[in-house]
Amino acid sequence: MTAVLDRTHGRRPAAPGRRRRRGSRRTARSPIAYLILSILALYAVGPMLVFVLASLKTPSEISENPLGLPGEFRWENFTTAWVEANMGAGLMNSAVIAISTAAGVCLIAGCAAYALTRLNLPKPGVFILYLLVATSLPIQLFLVPLLSLWTKIGLYDSRFGLIIIYWAIYSPFATLLIRSFLLAVPKEYEAAARIDGAGEITVFTRIVFPLIWPGVLTAGLVAGLQAYNEFLLAVTFIQDSANLPASISLYSFQQGFSPNWALVSAAGLIMVLPVLALFIVLQRRFVEGYTSSGMAG
Amino acid sequence: MSTTTAPPPARRRHAARGRLTAWLFIAPLLIVNVLVIAGPGLMSVYYSFTDWDGLDQADFIWFSNYAELFGDPDFRRALLHNLLWTAFFLIVPMSMGLLGAFLLSRIRRGQLAFRVLFFIPYVIATVVSATIWRQILSPTSGVGPALSDLGIPLLDDVNFLGDGDIALGAVAFINNWQWWGFLVVIFLAAMQGIEPSLYEAARMDGASTWREFWHITLPSIRPTFMFLSLMTVIWSFLVFDYVYILTQGGPAGSTDVLSTVMYRAAFEEQQAGYASAIGVILALISATTVCGYLYLRRRLRWDI
Repeated sequence: MTAVLDRTHGRRPAAPGRRRRRGSRRTARSPIAYLILSILALYAVGPMLVFVLASLKTPSEISENPLGLPGEFRWENFTTAWVEANMGAGLMNSAVIAISTAAGVCLIAGCAAYALTRLNLPKPGVFILYLLVATSLPIQLFLVPLLSLWTKIGLYDSRFGLIIIYWAIYSPFATLLIRSFLLAVPKEYEAAARIDGAGEITVFTRIVFPLIWPGVLTAGLVAGLQAYNEFLLAVTFIQDSANLPASISLYSFQQGFSPNWALVSAAGLIMVLPVLALFIVLQRRFVEGYTSSGMAG
Repeated sequence: MSTTTAPPPARRRHAARGRLTAWLFIAPLLIVNVLVIAGPGLMSVYYSFTDWDGLDQADFIWFSNYAELFGDPDFRRALLHNLLWTAFFLIVPMSMGLLGAFLLSRIRRGQLAFRVLFFIPYVIATVVSATIWRQILSPTSGVGPALSDLGIPLLDDVNFLGDGDIALGAVAFINNWQWWGFLVVIFLAAMQGIEPSLYEAARMDGASTWREFWHITLPSIRPTFMFLSLMTVIWSFLVFDYVYILTQGGPAGSTDVLSTVMYRAAFEEQQAGYASAIGVILALISATTVCGYLYLRRRLRWDI
């Protein structure tokens, strides 16, 4: 555990987002590097292109010519898939789940990280150890009793019930992430505000939050995206078709021996487009969030 | 003025109030964590010693579930598949991640663009990437028939996900597509922290690119490398999504992993106690892996 702990400690002063671009010292003489990188890029993006093309074809075009261009772009696939796969309701549910997860995680983790770094909490080390253990416990360990508990207290098959689970499993990592940002903020700022008579809440909202919001935003993005893409818990805890998130709508839609691949692709693309748009706009923050998630577990 | 002569009672009162505020601030995290993770986690340990069916009263049966597990051919086969999965993910994505990151760290133009392209599959939902590949690998409308139209009958009648001999490999291949770009990004971040003077010294000595990688890059990023290997091992034992979505463990159990066996036991066969035992085993595997890592680090003083 301390290995991870040390790393989150030591890494952070370098501060996310301010990673220095290395000098132009390294020469790029070899076109081989670009060749290999292009092949890798093709491997990463090629299947996506096949997928986009498939969403604009007819099923018979897909089986005759799976990788080529469609004869005619069939945009109506998207409207058909939207209706048949129930993507409207699915996206709505997913949006509600992802946004509530992100907001809740930011709030819960932000408060916890603030208590860990700034407030008079006894033995913060014990809490941090618990957070590390909680992030590394597999969902499989608590899945079955959790389902039974959720059924008993009426949280099974409700979006709110799923959101609470996401809060619990995504907050520990977010707490560690926000904590590392807090450690980089000089305490003198807050001391000055306290001398002027500001309460803890005022200090947090007026002084600290404006300085750490990039960390909070990153934590929220990571949690929201994970909630949007999550599968195991969503498929276990949501039954009613009115509450199904997009991932599970799409899962049911592509089940079966020979699905209509054109419509399945269109439905899948509908689910991916919002994330891709968000990713392209905020890619640096995503990459940083996930880079630190890779480090902190 | 008052700051330098603050009387002790006021400070103590402030500290007590601060302690209460601290607990209030951390309370939401603790409440949801105990409710969702710690509580049910402990219940799982208890239920693993019972014959609970998931609904009614559970009777204590001591270690019967565990004894049954190790005699269960399904469990043993699933465990073997998890081990194969671990080997695959320690080799293929790690190599691709290192290769991609090393090349990216050495080019001057286009680094950002390549990084974005490599990372895109990682932000795509599992369900979607499974769907993409299910279609591409489909024996009726995928890459096989496309090649045979071009006169290359190499993949004719290969049913990647339907043939028990290759299905596990196909699922792992699909999971890798989403995974390796993430490793590139993390390895790249680590490589960007390497002291440039190390490379300059190597270049003075006329070291080849390969030698630079082997003697400078790899040793310098060893903490990241070891940490990702550790995570790979843990995640490989917990894999669920791709297997469940693509094959549900089939055909005939040829892609079963511990998580799918557990899921079936819990929600299809009403053997919640048995499923809890598998969950506990999975948690133990994670814990053992982490402890092994710490042992290597402390006892053998590896700087990892």
